[in-house]
Amino acid sequence: MATAPVTHHDAHGHGHHEESWFVHYFWSTDHKMIAKQYMFTGMAMALIGGFFAYCFRMQIAFPGIDVPGFGVVSPNEYNHLITNHGAIMIFWVAMPVLIAAFGNYLIPLMIGCDDMVFPKLNRLSYQIFLLSIVVLIASFFVPGGGFAGAWTMYPPLSAKPEYGLTPLGASLFVTAVALEFVAFLMGGINFVTTAMNSRAPGMRMYDIPMVVWMIVIASILFMASVGPLVAGAVMLLFDQNLGTAFFNPDKGGDPVLWQHLFWFFGHPEVYVVLLPTVGIVAEIITVFARKKLFAYRTVLYTAFGTGVLSFMVWAHHQFIAGIDPRMANIFTITTLLISIPIAEMMFVYIATLYGGAITLTTPMLWALSFIATFLVGGVTGIFLGASGADIYLHDTYFVLAHFHYTFFPIAIIGTFAGLSYWFPKMFGRMMNETLGKIHFWGTIIPFNCIFIPLFVLGAAGEHRRIFDYTNFSELARPELRQLDQFATISLLVMLGFQVLFLFNLFYSLFWGPKAEKNPWKANTLEWTADSPPPHGNWPELPRVYRGPYEYSVPGRDQDYWPQNAQN
Amino acid sequence: MSARPIATTRSAAGMPTGRLAVWWVIASEIVIFGGLLGSYVMFRLSHDSFASDAANTNMYIGAFNTWVLLTSSLFAVLGHKAAEEGNGPKAARMLWLTVGGGAVFLLVKTYEWYEKIHHGHTLSSSTFFSFYYTAAGLHALHVIAGMIIMLFVANTARKNLELHRVELIGIYWHFVDVVWIFLFPLLYIAK
Repeated sequence: MATAPVTHHDAHGHGHHEESWFVHYFWSTDHKMIAKQYMFTGMAMALIGGFFAYCFRMQIAFPGIDVPGFGVVSPNEYNHLITNHGAIMIFWVAMPVLIAAFGNYLIPLMIGCDDMVFPKLNRLSYQIFLLSIVVLIASFFVPGGGFAGAWTMYPPLSAKPEYGLTPLGASLFVTAVALEFVAFLMGGINFVTTAMNSRAPGMRMYDIPMVVWMIVIASILFMASVGPLVAGAVMLLFDQNLGTAFFNPDKGGDPVLWQHLFWFFGHPEVYVVLLPTVGIVAEIITVFARKKLFAYRTVLYTAFGTGVLSFMVWAHHQFIAGIDPRMANIFTITTLLISIPIAEMMFVYIATLYGGAITLTTPMLWALSFIATFLVGGVTGIFLGASGADIYLHDTYFVLAHFHYTFFPIAIIGTFAGLSYWFPKMFGRMMNETLGKIHFWGTIIPFNCIFIPLFVLGAAGEHRRIFDYTNFSELARPELRQLDQFATISLLVMLGFQVLFLFNLFYSLFWGPKAEKNPWKANTLEWTADSPPPHGNWPELPRVYRGPYEYSVPGRDQDYWPQNAQN
Repeated sequence: MSARPIATTRSAAGMPTGRLAVWWVIASEIVIFGGLLGSYVMFRLSHDSFASDAANTNMYIGAFNTWVLLTSSLFAVLGHKAAEEGNGPKAARMLWLTVGGGAVFLLVKTYEWYEKIHHGHTLSSSTFFSFYYTAAGLHALHVIAGMIIMLFVANTARKNLELHRVELIGIYWHFVDVVWIFLFPLLYIAK
């Protein structure tokens, strides 16, 4: 708690000038640079994931077409594309951008300290993450091709090369996922320890901005849930390469064990990526509605409750995997229960907006669209959580549309919301609002046009992971095929609008108007640092006097009240 | 870049940063071993064949190794005590004794595995032995990692530097010990 020794800080600034170009961009221990590394790596992976989606959607809508930029998609390539689309979007886009990039950038700045508690561990975390990407991309080019047994890696497809047809690709895939976990375990320990120990003097538990809380809770959830899957990944690698039979029923193993280990992690993982976005949205709507966050403590306790409950819902992914129906009943109940805290958070946000002085900036549009689209994802989840309805809907496009209505708001909308909001701080320049709004509408409208038809297709019985529907007479009906084509064309439109975003991003990065310290007139500490903050963040670290959401406080000249302002 | 950030020196939670982080490391390790041992227990309860396979493990060797690890933990505690008294060289000696305990443990383990493999009980001969080698192997990896880190810590502690690290590696070593306390009855005693 002691005040900072100033000499130490000078040493930091001094070292900064001597850094070579390579050290500055690739060997930095500065949390802001590592955040940007994660951000840009994650966005590059999103381009790969998006390209894969484009390839397989073209094949679904126009079977046998020579996909421009890829060529004719073979059945095994199709499986490879969908597998890696899923894995990349979850493990190499949502996780690095939402947790690692925003966590790294925001935690030290929002709690008022100069860096993460373990800067070198932080750098190592990114390097291992990068290594996991190298392994993943290498797996695409080995004999047999990349892994094609779905991102959930169910045995026996993943364990037996004679079924999966990708002997080397499968092992490299599991290794890449395991390395990625190691990277995020290191990052998570750093995040949680930093947030617990390094808060600015005066910052009490309930003065911590919601997004920091959410990233911390998400990191704890990740740490507590990923262990069994790490053990499972080791067991799967042994099954693949050393002749063990953990998941092989012929020799006394059990393939359903993998599903338990995977989903014990996989379901909390949904909340691991959801919570940071929920936090980002909380920051944005309070700033642009100029209102205090409605029920701060309730949101916080709800997030903890969601975290605990998220460990008790995993088997709803396995209702048709042959689990005991009595167990299915229990998991139906817990799954329906978890919709309550999430719905409550959404109501709290709507209550925050109620009566606010709302400005529809680009980040605010993204934040509002998160609430709207995630609600659709949440409501359709009720159908799937009920084991009876799930038996019919399982593995159809209904499931697929449902989780894209959750993950798209989480990963894509959350990223755009956070990036457009913190861009002035990160890069010291403003993004173009007009282009931002065009990009917003050009993304959100096609998004709905992609996935609403898929709900209809799923309810009509169209199964996922099928290479060519014309082989199935009951699914080859023209009205269903036209819906698939409409979805694919909407995807093309949406991908096209991302070019506009990339242009806006890179143009603003170099030529955007200079940003002032606090362009949005926000309260939290990061806005009191320079834009962009120097190494060490502040010449003198701030002290905190109040909570983060004191907007429109009666009797004050300004409608905001920064956390570090003495009065 | 040699100096630590101010963030590292703060302790708003009332615990030194290093100790807090080690506890989080252990929390994440518990679920790794928890998943593996949980799977093992579920298999064990539903497969009678495990009992006949388990009859081949040698309880006396396991008990000896338990004693070796517990004794090495005693040295880790003595090292912590010496570090708190500011006696770096003594703390380093105690850590070397702890590493020695880990080495004896690994040697015994090597003999034990050699004998098992010699009798045809390999990683892939049955699901019980798959678990036996995977769980004990994962634990042995933690022992080796702990020994390597401990040698680094002892090397700085010898010069009376970074003495707080003696406690941190000690906490980790006790955790590795506790994992073995779970493995020993599950793999060796329950027949």
